[in-house]
Amino acid sequence: MELTHKWRGVMMKTGKLKQILLITDGCSNQGEDPIAMAALAMEQGITVNVIGVMEHDTIEERGMQEIEDIALSGGGVSQVVYAQALAQTVQMVTKKAMTQTLQGVVNKELQQILGKSQTVEDLPPEKRGEVMEVVDELGEKVSLDVLILVDTSASMKHKLPTVKEALIDLSLSLNARSGENKYAVFVFPGKKKEVEKLLDWTPRLESLTAIFSKLSTGGITPTGPALKEAIHYFKNKRSLRSLVSDDDEYFEESI
Amino acid sequence: MMNTSKSLFRINSGTVIKGKWHANNYTILKELGFGANGTVFLAECKSGQVALKISNNGMSIISEVNVLKSFAKVQGYSLGPSLIDVDDWVTGSGTVSFYVMEYIKGPELLAFISKKDSSWINVLMIQLLKDLQVLHDHNWVFGDLKPENLIITGPPTKIRCIDVGGTTIRGRAIKEFTEFFDRGYWGLGTRKAEPSYDLFAVGMVMMNIAYPKRFNKTTGGIQQLKLMIQQKNELRPFEDIMLKAFIGKYSSANEMKQELLQLSGGGKTINRTAGASSVHQRKKQTVQSNQWMKGTTNQSAKSRQLVKKRKKKAGVLESIILIIIISLLYFLYIYGQLT
Repeated sequence: MELTHKWRGVMMKTGKLKQILLITDGCSNQGEDPIAMAALAMEQGITVNVIGVMEHDTIEERGMQEIEDIALSGGGVSQVVYAQALAQTVQMVTKKAMTQTLQGVVNKELQQILGKSQTVEDLPPEKRGEVMEVVDELGEKVSLDVLILVDTSASMKHKLPTVKEALIDLSLSLNARSGENKYAVFVFPGKKKEVEKLLDWTPRLESLTAIFSKLSTGGITPTGPALKEAIHYFKNKRSLRSLVSDDDEYFEESI
Repeated sequence: MMNTSKSLFRINSGTVIKGKWHANNYTILKELGFGANGTVFLAECKSGQVALKISNNGMSIISEVNVLKSFAKVQGYSLGPSLIDVDDWVTGSGTVSFYVMEYIKGPELLAFISKKDSSWINVLMIQLLKDLQVLHDHNWVFGDLKPENLIITGPPTKIRCIDVGGTTIRGRAIKEFTEFFDRGYWGLGTRKAEPSYDLFAVGMVMMNIAYPKRFNKTTGGIQQLKLMIQQKNELRPFEDIMLKAFIGKYSSANEMKQELLQLSGGGKTINRTAGASSVHQRKKQTVQSNQWMKGTTNQSAKSRQLVKKRKKKAGVLESIILIIIISLLYFLYIYGQLT
């Protein structure tokens, strides 16, 4: 198949996927609009996924709406779950968002080959199989950076041990891939600032310390500022790295 | 790009689904079940009854079709359903993808076992392992192995699998799993698609038979699983085999199958765990128990317990009589002293 070579090219170009994973249990109440910040992230090729952790039966409606809207404008996936189902959900949402992004990349390439309005769905089912194989293979091999933003406002306190377990479970799922993974963890609100860095970029999420489960501060939920900081952090990483090498440059053109 | 938590499809029975590309007609009869990636319906077409899986996530449908297609190339492999058709359905609210496969009819594993002798566990697991070996030989790992995905057809009784959503190329990251059957959840290994990943799940399927409601992770690790095996009589004969599967000691499904065969008395060597000569005697008496060492070891264990109990009872009686006699003598003595 002539397309196959093209796909190898896609794989080279895809470079690195960037995701922000926001774990929260309610509505933001301070600073910038998180939905606007999510849109800003997407503009810079960063996908925003949101997981809402339910208390008893449901999250209040306003919070639910915000969770959906952040993911929608951040080009990602959202899901609201009970704390018990967190581990299974975190890995699923992350993988799903990866596949979505990769499908987007592949669709763009297809349009260049087949013409403007063509997407995978317009191909006959027989041809789609091959495209899906490419998406599967990309998902296995692509490098992934996940910046995890955890809401540590008072109401989240007793859920934090579960959140920690879910994050370690996430690294178990992602580290089974052959592609490279990097994680960073931020919490909001922080002790002194709105957002605090807990873990710098590392391939090992297991290093998330015991302190994590005990974190908890006031009642404010500055989701917007947290997202803003996360975007900045991605940027800084890139500019620092670009002094050494410029292998991340590819990414921008492909998204 | 939103994700709805349940991709539930409500399609009334009698609805005719017509394929956009291949123009085949399928009349929906009833819903068979739904999973993370779509809903499965029983449908009727020219060639008879079929299972039709429909999803609004078109790519996951295609991914599963890829797996079923490659199964079709494997000779002598019958674990999964065979693929009949792949197409799109144009509805008023948009286009959805579906595929059509062989309808595998029968009870789920747990429902089947609950009505039968537990000795069926062994036979069915041997069948399952035989098919897994073929699958592994062709560079696949099943992934999401669990009783809900295992259907018992027959007669002749045969175990079949109905959901290939988790089936992954060897060496990659497992596509889909269920925590209870996932070695990663129990802290006993990675989520890489390796034969040992499936074998762990086979062990947990056996566990699920003894614990239909499953159980949660407490300490996790091999200790908890070992404890759970030991608490169930029907699992004890399988303890060694299950533990080996849990710690990844088996290099292939065949190896595990061989040990299950030996346990059932069907192998060349006599079961290691059954040393008692009474077992051999019993074996002669009943032809049936020849196959099920498990039953006989249980029986002999029970009779041993009975003997112990009887001994205990006799001991208690003895001491009571002794005490009565001694106290009688004592009374006589006191009486004698007083008069």
